[in-house]
This record gives sequence, structure tokens and C-alpha cells, in this order.
Amino acid sequence: MNNILVKNRYLLARRFSQGAVLALFFAGSAYGWIVLRGNLSASRLLDALPLADPFAVLQVLATGTIVGLETFVGAVIITLFFGLIAGRAFCGWVCPVNVVTDAARWLGSRFNIGQAEGTVRVSRNMRYWALGLSIVISTIAGVAAFEWVSPISMLYRGILFGMGTGWAVALAIFMFDLLVIRNGFCGHVCPVGGFYSLITRFSLLRVRYERERCSLCMKCLECCPEPQVLDRVGRESGFVSSGECTNCGRCVEVCNDHAMEFSNRYSVKGV
Amino acid sequence: MKSLGLATVGGILWGGYIDNSKASSPVLRPPGAVREYRFLAQCIKCGMCVEACPYHALVLAASGDRRPIGTPYFLPRERPCQMCRDIPCVPACPTGALDSSLVKERDESGTERFEINRARMGLAVIDRDTCIAYWGIQCDACYRACPLLDKAITLSYARNDRTGRHALLLPTVHSDACTGCGLCEHACVTKKASIFVLPREIATGESDVQYVKGWDTMDEQRVRDVPTEIVTKTKRSEKAPLDYLNEQDLKSGE
Repeated sequence: MNNILVKNRYLLARRFSQGAVLALFFAGSAYGWIVLRGNLSASRLLDALPLADPFAVLQVLATGTIVGLETFVGAVIITLFFGLIAGRAFCGWVCPVNVVTDAARWLGSRFNIGQAEGTVRVSRNMRYWALGLSIVISTIAGVAAFEWVSPISMLYRGILFGMGTGWAVALAIFMFDLLVIRNGFCGHVCPVGGFYSLITRFSLLRVRYERERCSLCMKCLECCPEPQVLDRVGRESGFVSSGECTNCGRCVEVCNDHAMEFSNRYSVKGV
Repeated sequence: MKSLGLATVGGILWGGYIDNSKASSPVLRPPGAVREYRFLAQCIKCGMCVEACPYHALVLAASGDRRPIGTPYFLPRERPCQMCRDIPCVPACPTGALDSSLVKERDESGTERFEINRARMGLAVIDRDTCIAYWGIQCDACYRACPLLDKAITLSYARNDRTGRHALLLPTVHSDACTGCGLCEHACVTKKASIFVLPREIATGESDVQYVKGWDTMDEQRVRDVPTEIVTKTKRSEKAPLDYLNEQDLKSGE
């Protein structure tokens, strides 16, 4: 039992983090708690610190509209936090769609349902196309384009302010991920993931791989939602340097050889 | 190449969907909202105004509401704006889509304070065919519900020509004072409200600058400030009218 907890410690921590953020937002909306007000698009922490989704702000700016100073500062804070420190942790530790996509992935591999990745081939760079399109369409249509269709915001707003038909979007992502492409939405299409991949290229928190300890069991590659970031496995020690790594920590906890550890980019090897 | 194809197809569908859903049914925005086209661009859909509303009048458009998704609006027949004097929804907005300068004014001492009566959320419109006051029944529900009593809605007497022997007590909405709070729509006694709030862009017209209200010194003054020599430049105005006449004369003389 204890072993199961240890073997899933990051998974449990991520579910806790996702749940806690949502619960705090919910308490803010339903009971007037001041810890977190708003939602993932823009919020206030403890009624003082503004936070905002930098990708949403970028789209608003692309429409030629100047956002208020508070939102701008909030977007800078989030950019600095993920860009300099936490990496693409938003996707695995905060975003609600991650739960949907993980569920589809787990179900698919557990019961061998749907397509194995690679059968339907769509480039993972699709998300950068989506990112570019978000900006272009925002400029042409005069509204923040991805915010208009974002399943992330739709799910979150649905839970906090009333779902409407928003559950259909979650179902669509679930079916897409389960039956069409593994990690289809989060790993291929979502421009928010693409955005965070681009800005977190130089973030501090990184997974470090030790070649000497590795027994080449390849468990890490099997569980990784972005396996292309583990290209150094079996070849050389070092940091997982790609911004596409979500710092979910799954590779760290499944590894039986302690070849994977969270570390910071600038730590001297062996410390 | 496949990505380029998918991106083009997806982008056209995506842009088309957005263009379509922007033109959804008319919505009433919270007090202090900037013009609708700018509001749609500036609102980040965080819902903090909705959370701030103590009367739960504001709702955030969910998918399937047929209104621009994630943006705040209110339905006066269900829950009208209660015209809070401190307007908590406006300072809650982090983006400036709700602009506090639109609902603030300076008092005598020069300090800025919120003034909800400056809000222009919409404009109440009366359907005279279904309003029972226009039938001759004495009803002043909207007049009494209006927070700007005798300013935004006034009552006036008129002869009831239909019966020939009764008076009518008729409500009239004044667009210079109406805030669009919808308390009248909420109070209206008919099955479907006969006084209802529409967005200002839909409910108001716009007059040309050259029309003057006669016997109104203020309005006459306005026209006096308009430059009298209005120069219209078209292709024909390049030459003086006489030049054209001369040209034609010369040609016909040949």
C-alpha cells in the first residue's frame, strides 16, 4: 500500500494541486472566500495579487485592445513564475483538461481501447500552428480567438458559474484522446500547451536523467505524455531541456532505478 | 505540409464560428461596460464581476446560452440590476472592460465617487400595444419601480379617444436618464413584459448635425459652433459650376 503511494506520489500531488486550485476558486465563487477569486483566465490571490493567463492577454492585445494594468501585471507574474521557475507545470498541475486526457490515456492503455499513438499521425507541432492561428484570428475577428473556444476555460467556468453544454467539450476531448490520438488534445492541439512550451524553455525546475543508473526498462517513455522530450534516455545524462516537458513527475515516480530526479537546471551534477 | 492543411481548414472553420457567434442575441452588460465591440475584445471572461454582484443578477454566459461565451450579462425580467451605490462589479473587473470612469463623478468637494445613475446598461422601451396603461387601465408599476422616479420614466395624462370619456395615465421613458437597470421590466405586470430593456446600440437612433430643435437656445448654440462653410469635395466639385456650363456651351456651339 505504502509502495503504491510512493510510486504515485507526483500523480497524487498533481491531482491534489488541481483539486485544491479548483476548490479555492469554487469557494471564492460560492462562499466568498478571498483566497482565490475569478478563474484561470484572470484572478486575484488573497484579494491582493493579480494573476492572469498570459496567452489570453496576448490574444486580447492582438485584437488591438489595451488591457487594464492589473491584468497585464497578472500576466507578467504568471509568465515569470512558469517561465523562470516551474516550467510547463500549468498543464499537469493546474489545468482541468489534464484529468480528462489522463483518464482517456489510462483507460485506453489499461483496456487496450482505441488507437495506439502513431496509427493516426498528427504532428505535435500542430499546437504551434494553433498558437499562431489564435493570434491571427484574434487580430482579424477582433476577439480573443482561443478564449472563445477554449475547453479549459469552458470546463472551469462550467464548474464555477454553470456548465450549460460545456460538458460536451470534455466528452469530445475524452473521445478524441481515447479513440483517435493518444494525448491528442494536450500533446498535439492545445495552443496553451504550445505557449507554455515556448516560454518555459529556460525554466529552473527540470527532470534530470542519470545514464549510469538507468537499466533501460523504458518505463519512463511508456508513461510520458510528451515522450519526445526524453530523447536523451539511454544515451547521455543531463536535464530534460525541452519546454514541452510538463514537469508532471510521472517518469520520476515510475523509475525503479532512481535514474530520474527533479532538480534545478543550475545545480552542479552530483549535489 | 499536412499541418499546414489542417491549420488552414481548422483556421477557416474556427474563424467562421467566431464570426457567427459574435452576432448572437442582444445582451445587457454590467454598469460601466465599454462599447460592445470593445467589450467583446477586452473582457477576459474571469467572472469576477459576477462573483461581486450581491444580488446574483449577473451571470456568465455558458456554452449553449447563445450569447458570447464566458461574458457577463443580466436578464432584467429574472434579476434586474439593483443599482448598488458602490457598484461592486466595476472595481472587480481587472481588464478595464468595465471602466470605472464611466460610472464615476466628482462631488462638490472634488473627490471622485461612484454614481450608478451614470450607468448606461441599456434603454427601456415600451410596447404601447400591450402596455395596459395605454389601454386605459391605471397601472404605474414601471413608474414606481424606476429608481430615477420622474426622470427616467414620467407619467403624463392624455385623453382616452377610444372611450371618449376617460383619461389615460401614460408612462414615457426618457433616454437621457434611463440607466437600463431593468427594474421596470422586472415590475411590469403583463405576461411578457411590455416595458423591456434593449442594448443602447439597438434602442437608440442618431440624428444628423444639421437638424436644429427650434426655440431651443442650447440647440441653436450647438449649430452655431458647427463650421458654416462645409466643403464637399467630389469629382464634380473640382471645377466651378460655371466652368461646366461654359464647357457644354462650347461643345453645343460647334
